[in-house]
Amino acid sequence: MTASNEALKSLLYATADDLLILGHRNSEWTGLGPLLEEDIAFSSMAQDQMGQSLALYEILQRDLGERDPDTIAFLRPESEYRCCHFVEYPIGSYAFSLMRHFLFDQASYLRFAALAESSFKPLAFVSRKLLGEIKYHIMHGNTWMAQLSRGGEESHARMQSALNEAFPMALGIFEKLEHEEELVDAGVYAGSAQLRDLWLQHIEPALAHGGLALPELNAQEAGTAFFGGRKGFHSEHLGSLIEEMGAVLRSDPSADW
Amino acid sequence: MYGGGYIFDKPLQDHKDDDDPVKLAEFEARIDRGEKVEPHDWMPFEYRRQLIRLIEQHAHSEIIGALPEGTWITRAPGFRRKLALAAKVQDEVGHAQLLYNAAETLGKSREEMINDLISGKSKYSNVFNYPAKTWADTAVIAWLIDAGAIVNQVTNSKGSYAPYCRALERICQEESFHLKYGYDAVVHLATGTPAQREVLQDALNRWWPPIMHFFGPPDNASVHGEKLMRWKVKMASNDDMRQQFLNMYVPKIWELELTLPDPNLRKNPETRRWEYTEPDWDEFKRVINGDGPCNKERLAVRRTAEERGKWVREALLRPETQYSVPLS
Repeated sequence: MTASNEALKSLLYATADDLLILGHRNSEWTGLGPLLEEDIAFSSMAQDQMGQSLALYEILQRDLGERDPDTIAFLRPESEYRCCHFVEYPIGSYAFSLMRHFLFDQASYLRFAALAESSFKPLAFVSRKLLGEIKYHIMHGNTWMAQLSRGGEESHARMQSALNEAFPMALGIFEKLEHEEELVDAGVYAGSAQLRDLWLQHIEPALAHGGLALPELNAQEAGTAFFGGRKGFHSEHLGSLIEEMGAVLRSDPSADW
Repeated sequence: MYGGGYIFDKPLQDHKDDDDPVKLAEFEARIDRGEKVEPHDWMPFEYRRQLIRLIEQHAHSEIIGALPEGTWITRAPGFRRKLALAAKVQDEVGHAQLLYNAAETLGKSREEMINDLISGKSKYSNVFNYPAKTWADTAVIAWLIDAGAIVNQVTNSKGSYAPYCRALERICQEESFHLKYGYDAVVHLATGTPAQREVLQDALNRWWPPIMHFFGPPDNASVHGEKLMRWKVKMASNDDMRQQFLNMYVPKIWELELTLPDPNLRKNPETRRWEYTEPDWDEFKRVINGDGPCNKERLAVRRTAEERGKWVREALLRPETQYSVPLS
């Protein structure tokens, strides 16, 4: 069987919106990084992520009949976004942003590695290409996690605290998609729960290397505390982000910028 | 992007007595022959001091310059502009990195330089003390401020200190892309809706005085010595660079049917030099000395970033996790 367009859109919007919103957040480090090299690195990752989201919005337009990428990326109402809450939160401290980058990009790599085998060929093709970029994000994340979690008492404490904060949020990446059964049955998508288990296997050795421990979660944190994004229910932070992101475009949607 | 590095000069003191006269004569003969100076070569005290100051101010200008444009990355209209602006501002931060490395070869560490920036001891280009209020401001900055920077930096890249010249050559290549991006963004606004043209014209009106200030005070009021010219630290006069800029860009601005807020601006057909109303040099001095629209904000942002990032830099200093620092 093949997946319906509705199901494919659900997958593509969730994936693209995650990347767009996190790319937007990471770009906020421009000029503010703890050292110039990290300023530059976060900008590179932001540019990659925005570019990756664009590649997915282009599939939505070309293969699934959605409107042009600028319109669907920047001018949808909040309830039509499908990103997880994790990417919506402000950049916070560098420790939080670095931890989010580490946890998210590990998930992103595994997601695209699975999508590279998708029965939906346009997505499989793009996924193979994107993996080449995300590989460098993984290297960057692993290097800095190791440096800072082993960089003395204060630094280690900051990284553990960032992990405590970010880990339950990161579980929101794996909230079940709309039409997920259909996508799995059609061989388009591996499934959110399966990806989460794979992700846990991947992050644990890197965390253990830095002496970091996954926090004990209460039932709500381990469950649905940061869920809702895949159904269009968002944290308090997304609305203002969307407003800012589309402010100039919205001032005259018919104009050519 | 950068300009006006020499304008903060105190009159040069004559340090000639401090330097071995034989070595000094050899050094000056090398410069006269057009040779470049490398970090381990002998150089006069004053040459080193002036170069550190010059390159350091240039580096500071790049990171402070990232702030007014950086705030528009999140608001840029559409993917094309957003990705280009993010890459452009990233380049500017990369330029700071190259330039701090070049200045470090002269014996002052990056940390000392940044401390001098946030304490207000060391200056940066005055244009960045003005706000980027609209999207059109970012287009004007990327086109005309970067164009001014290219005029300045191409000139300086012919100077005598080799590491600075190498950094500038690379920087100029990137700046020329910025200029193309800025021009494209300006053309879209200039040929767009009446509202887009209006916001562009307003931005141009506001940025014109800082652009005229950009190359520094007129030559007759400038305090740098002829020694800097002789040592090829300074390669052209402020007025010559301003003339070169006007000659290249005023016709392009007029071609877009935009106006400039100076009724006296014209090219004298006989002298073939541009005539203009002198910008307000008192304002220029006031802003340099800290009383501009954004001075406090710019330094506060930089200071906060430094303070919040301190633990990261300290964690990296631990010997068991230390990386080797690449040379410039």
